Amino acid sequence: MSDGGAGGTALLRPSAVPATTGVGVWLRRLASRAAAPYWQAAPLALVFAFFFVLPLVVTVVVSLWRYNEYSITPALVGDNYASVFSGCLAELPSLCLTFKTYLSTLKFCVLAWALTLLLGFTVAYFLTFHVRSLTGQMTLFLVCTIPFWTSNVIRMISWVPLLGRNGLVNSFLVSAGLTREPLTWLLFSDFSVALAFVHLYTMFMIVPIFNSMSRIDRALLEAARDAGASGWQALWNVVVPLSKPGIVIGSIFVVTMVMGDYVTIGVMGGQQIASVGKVIQVQLSYLQFPLAAANAVVLLAVVLMVIAAMTRLVDVRKEL
Amino acid sequence: MADTTKKATTVSRRDVLKGAAAVTGTALLGAPAIISAQPVTLRYLGTAVNQSKEIAQKVKADLGIVIEYVPVTTDDVSKRIITQPASFDVADAEYFQLRKLIPSGNLIGMDATRIKYADKITPIFTRGEVAGKKIGDQGTAPKKVFYLEGKSSTKFSATPTQWITLIPTVYNADTLGIRPDLIKRPISSWSELLNAEFKGKSSILNIPSIGIMDAAMVVESMGVHKYQDKGNMTRAEIDLTTKALIEAKKAGQFRAFWKDFNESVNLMASGEVVIQSMWSPAVTKVRSMGVPCIYQPLKEGYRAWAAGFGLPKTLSGKKLDAAYDFINWFLSGWAGAFLNRQGYYSAVLDTAKAQMEPYEWAYWMEGKAAERDIKAPDGTLLEKAGTVRDGGSFEARMGAVACWNAVMDQNDYMVRKWNEFIAA
Repeated sequence: MSDGGAGGTALLRPSAVPATTGVGVWLRRLASRAAAPYWQAAPLALVFAFFFVLPLVVTVVVSLWRYNEYSITPALVGDNYASVFSGCLAELPSLCLTFKTYLSTLKFCVLAWALTLLLGFTVAYFLTFHVRSLTGQMTLFLVCTIPFWTSNVIRMISWVPLLGRNGLVNSFLVSAGLTREPLTWLLFSDFSVALAFVHLYTMFMIVPIFNSMSRIDRALLEAARDAGASGWQALWNVVVPLSKPGIVIGSIFVVTMVMGDYVTIGVMGGQQIASVGKVIQVQLSYLQFPLAAANAVVLLAVVLMVIAAMTRLVDVRKEL
Repeated sequence: MADTTKKATTVSRRDVLKGAAAVTGTALLGAPAIISAQPVTLRYLGTAVNQSKEIAQKVKADLGIVIEYVPVTTDDVSKRIITQPASFDVADAEYFQLRKLIPSGNLIGMDATRIKYADKITPIFTRGEVAGKKIGDQGTAPKKVFYLEGKSSTKFSATPTQWITLIPTVYNADTLGIRPDLIKRPISSWSELLNAEFKGKSSILNIPSIGIMDAAMVVESMGVHKYQDKGNMTRAEIDLTTKALIEAKKAGQFRAFWKDFNESVNLMASGEVVIQSMWSPAVTKVRSMGVPCIYQPLKEGYRAWAAGFGLPKTLSGKKLDAAYDFINWFLSGWAGAFLNRQGYYSAVLDTAKAQMEPYEWAYWMEGKAAERDIKAPDGTLLEKAGTVRDGGSFEARMGAVACWNAVMDQNDYMVRKWNEFIAA
């Protein structure tokens, strides 16, 4: 326990290393009971520092470097950020590439968030309050996970034969005489992207909301009814406030995933819709690492702002 | 020769015999330098399309060299060569990438005196000619980047030297793929891609450096602008090209864009798209699904590409010898025949011809009607007897090349404008 890895604790909290007079005292302190929590936290902290903090720092540092076709050189310049936002002021009122891309990504964020929330809340509500037995709840819960047994990409691609010009939906509509020409907006459109997001991410709403709801004391609902609340009033004034932590956690999942996504938008949007992730990916493939890093830092800042706003609404830590 | 083969391999006796039979042709190569019992392993960096199991097996049987494939995307080939030059022993890269790769100093010039068939490599690469006739050299034509000034030079030489950047593996001429059953009329020009008749039914590939050149072929054929060099546009030309694309996109011309092989196959086979930029094996794939598809030759010509083997500067000793042996083997016929049968073209035509049946050669290379059914290397039926290859003979196809895949001087600007097109 006391040999090696002292650097880990030091890294964790510099003040944990006491101003000692001798190595013996130091070692004793390290092995003492008070240090135990730090030792326990050290492995995760190290993993975090190495695989999360370090890459993030590297990304920020590289975003300030210069680059050309085949090399990047250390520097401290804002050129890459200037390039990310180039023309954004000059082109007003029309939107520059970056604003346009973020606006489009944010649009899908809001759409996906609202739809998954509505669906996720409804499903969780049904599972919690309308399915009586625990076995029933668990069975239905597992049914919800069935789509996750296949890969993300396959789940997306399977929409193509369904929604395509000659797909199942269109051939049904045409043969039923509901439309004369096949509908083309079903696939490779905003609609299909939103649909795929809802399909992929509703589960990430259901789980935390279900978790929050299952902790609600049923007596509260009875009390609400006894006090004369209608079903909707009980829902709005009792269930919704008490489910807030689940709603916020689910929202954070969905929003962060949609903000960084470029595969779903690429496949379902027929590559015709811009996304921040795609811009970064194209820059990476053209070896414009510093520019891509700058874009990533901007994206990170935007996502953090969105999350900060959401946690401002509900103090998740307190509610848990 | 046969002795070395036997000693170096532990594969079945039949393989060895088969190998030995093929090797009698390659015996002129001289004894390979790999005589030790310990087989050398070469890490082969490249795209999965070029990394066939059959080639690795044959190399093992003939030379005793173990080929370990490192399959990545075209973009990642450049990335690896620039950032991790010690992570591979042979790189299969495209010529247009060389303008990024060579300045990094991570690839060295290959010694032409150690390449047995160096002077038999088709003049497309050395002089930019097919059958004595100059072909289009807009973009990064291989002849512009074929030679280096010295072994470790980072400068290209316009005149032949002893140092070769890449030894060609495969090359081809790309054009538009169409669905003749849905279009029902002849197509003869690139301008048809933006023809309003195919509104909502056309597609272009979403790889900026290649997509922009296809777009330039279209813009030029519509008579909007004549480019100095479609592979090296000025800023104004990039603006004008992306403007044409954005207008078409806003008018709903495109159904979707594609980024990989399978996407292009799906778009075409499902009928979502009836005309699009396409790669030759994708057309073959659509046809093998029983869906009519033509790789349509167009009057403005083709956009060509070429790939080849390069060596990292880190390679030395036994591995370097093995790499030269492997490359010499690659040019000696078997691999060339294997690639020609997939619709690609190989670097040394004579040696490949010796390994192909006359009817195969006549179909794939001479543009003649197939005497018998044409089969892929794995035995699946590609074409019935009587069909003629799209675009005709090797000379007709490669002779009609208009431009080559390229990296532009204004690359950064082009990527930016392309992103604007996608966002529009």
